[in-house]
Amino acid sequence: MPTLSSLLQYFLSGLTNGAIYALIALGFGIIFNATAIINFAQGEMVMLGALCAISLYHLIPSLPLAFLGGVFLVSLVGLVFERLALRPVRDPAPITLIIITVGAAVFLKGLAMLLWGKEAYSLPSFSGNAPLYLGAATIMPQNLWVLGLTAFLVLVLEAFFRLTLVGKAMRATAYNLRAARLVGIAVGRMVQLSFGLAAALGAGAGILIAPLTLGVYDMGTMLGLKGFSAAIIGGLGSLSGGVLGGLLLGLAESFTSGLISSSYRDAVAFLLLLLVLFLRPQGLMGGRR
Amino acid sequence: MLSGLGNRWVLFAGAVLAVAAVLSNEYYFTLLNFIGIHTLLVVGLNLLLGYAGQISLGHAAFFGLGAYTSGILTATCGVNPWLALLAGLVISGLAALLIGIPALKLRGYYLAMATLGFGIIVYIVLNEAQPLTGGPSGLSGIPSLSLAGFPLNTARRLYLLVWPVVGGILALSANLVDSRSGRALRALHDSEAAAESLGVDTSRMKLKIFIWSALYASLAGSLYAHSLNFIAPASFGFMFSIKLVTMVVLGGMASIWGSLLGAGVLTVLPEVLTVFHDFEVIIFGAILMVVMIFLPRGLVRGLMDLWEFRRYKRQGGQIV
Repeated sequence: MPTLSSLLQYFLSGLTNGAIYALIALGFGIIFNATAIINFAQGEMVMLGALCAISLYHLIPSLPLAFLGGVFLVSLVGLVFERLALRPVRDPAPITLIIITVGAAVFLKGLAMLLWGKEAYSLPSFSGNAPLYLGAATIMPQNLWVLGLTAFLVLVLEAFFRLTLVGKAMRATAYNLRAARLVGIAVGRMVQLSFGLAAALGAGAGILIAPLTLGVYDMGTMLGLKGFSAAIIGGLGSLSGGVLGGLLLGLAESFTSGLISSSYRDAVAFLLLLLVLFLRPQGLMGGRR
Repeated sequence: MLSGLGNRWVLFAGAVLAVAAVLSNEYYFTLLNFIGIHTLLVVGLNLLLGYAGQISLGHAAFFGLGAYTSGILTATCGVNPWLALLAGLVISGLAALLIGIPALKLRGYYLAMATLGFGIIVYIVLNEAQPLTGGPSGLSGIPSLSLAGFPLNTARRLYLLVWPVVGGILALSANLVDSRSGRALRALHDSEAAAESLGVDTSRMKLKIFIWSALYASLAGSLYAHSLNFIAPASFGFMFSIKLVTMVVLGGMASIWGSLLGAGVLTVLPEVLTVFHDFEVIIFGAILMVVMIFLPRGLVRGLMDLWEFRRYKRQGGQIV
C-alpha cells in the first residue's frame, strides 16, 4: 500500500513533467492552428534550447542570460526553418509538409550530434539543490521553477493572443486564413511567427528541464512525441487543452511508474494517445473542427 | 510482341537470374537480400503514402511483429517456419485492422498519429517483455527457412527465394495500382471528397491498402528474421520507420519501381561509404527535406521531369 507521502511525491513529479509536456504541446497547437500541419521538429527545438542554453552558460555563467539567449537563438531557428524549408514548397499538401518537418527533426538531431557530440551536459538548477519540505513530501526548487515559469508563460501567451494586435491577427489567421488575408493581415508573416513562437516555447521547456534531466542531442525525440501526445489528448489547437493534456499525461506517467511498473512508463503516453484517437479524436477540450 | 510492362518483367527476371549466376561473393548476396527485404517494406509503404495519401510513421512495428512472431514461434516453440510466417501475417493484419478502423474513419492525418503511437508501443514491448522477446539483447537461434527439404541456409540460396518474392510482390502491387481499386486510390489521393462523390468507399479503400502494406511489412520481417537468424529491438525503432519513409521519398511517391531504387540506394550507400555512418541521420533528414521541397514527386521522377522540361524548352516549346 503506497503511503500518502509517496502519492504526493508522484503527484509533484508528475505535475513537473506535465508542465514541460504542456509547453511542448502548446507549440504543436500554435503551429497546427496557423498551418494545419503537425510540426514533428518541435521536440528538437526543446533539445536545441537545452543545449544552446548550456553552451551559453559556459561562455557567460549567468542563468537568466543563458535562458533568454537560448530561447532567442532557438526562436531564430524556428523562423529560419519556416522560411527555408516550408515556404518554398511547391506542392503545399499537408502530407508533404509533414514529411518535411519529420526530415527537419532528423536533420536537427543529426546536426546537434555533430556539434555537441553524444555526451550529456548539465545545467545548474536555477536556485540551488536544497529540497523543500511540503508536508511529508519533498520538492526540489527546480520543480517549483518549472511549474511557476510554465504558468507564467501560459498566462503571457494567453494575454498575447487576447490583448495584442499581432496576437489577434494570429488568431484570425488560425480561424480563417483567407478571410484574414482579405482584411489585410500579412498571413505569411503570421505563419512564420507561429513557428518562431512555438520554437521559443519548446526551447523554454528544454531549458527548464535541463537541470533535472541533463541535455543530450537525442533528448528531443521522446519529449517531442510526448508533447505531441499531450496536444492530441487535450485537443490539438486548443490552448487550455494543451495545458490540460500535458498535466494529465505527466500525472498518468508518474502514477503508472510509481504504482504499477516503471518499465512501461514511456508507453503510457502513446497508449493514452491511441485511446483518445479512438474514443474522442478531437481531444478532451477540442471542439469539432 | 511484348508490351512495355511485359518487357520490364522479363528484364527483372533476367537480371535476378543473371546476378545469381555471375556473383560469387556471399557478402553481395547478403546485401541483395537486404535490398529485397527493404523493397518489400518500401513498396507497401509507398502504396499507402503515394497512392492512398496516408502516412504511417510506425511501419517498423509491422516489420517487427512479423520478425518476432517468426522468431519466437520457430526459435522458442519449434513451429514450422512457414506456419510462423503465416501467423505473423495474421497478427500484423489484425493489428493493422484494429488501428486502421478508427484512425481511417477520420479525415486528416490521424493514421500518422495512431501509427506513430503504435510503433513506439511495439518497440517498448519488444524491449521490456524479456521472457518472450529476449529484451534489448535480442532473440537468437532462429532457424533458416527451407523449401521442400532444401535448406536456404546461405545468403545465396536465400536470394533465390527473396527476389522471386520481391518480383511477385512488385507485380501484385503494379496490378493493384492499375486495377479499378488503383484508380479509386489515386482519385482518393487527389481529392477525398471528389472520390467519395464518385462512389468510392474511401475509408474502406484506405483501410484495405493500410492492411496490405502491413502484410508486406510482416512478410519482410519474417524473411529478415530467418536470414539473420537473430533479431533485436533496435532494428524496429522509430528511426527505422523514418528510414523507410526516406526510401519512399527518394524513390518517388506513387512509383512501384522507384521503391526498388529507393530501397537499393539507401541500403547500399551506408555499406559503401563509411562516412555515411556518422552522418546517416543528417543525410536522411536532408534527403527528406530537399526532395519534398524541390522534387515532391521523388528524386528520379523529379529529375526526369526537369530533363523533359529542359529538352522541351530547347526545342522552343512554350510552357503554358
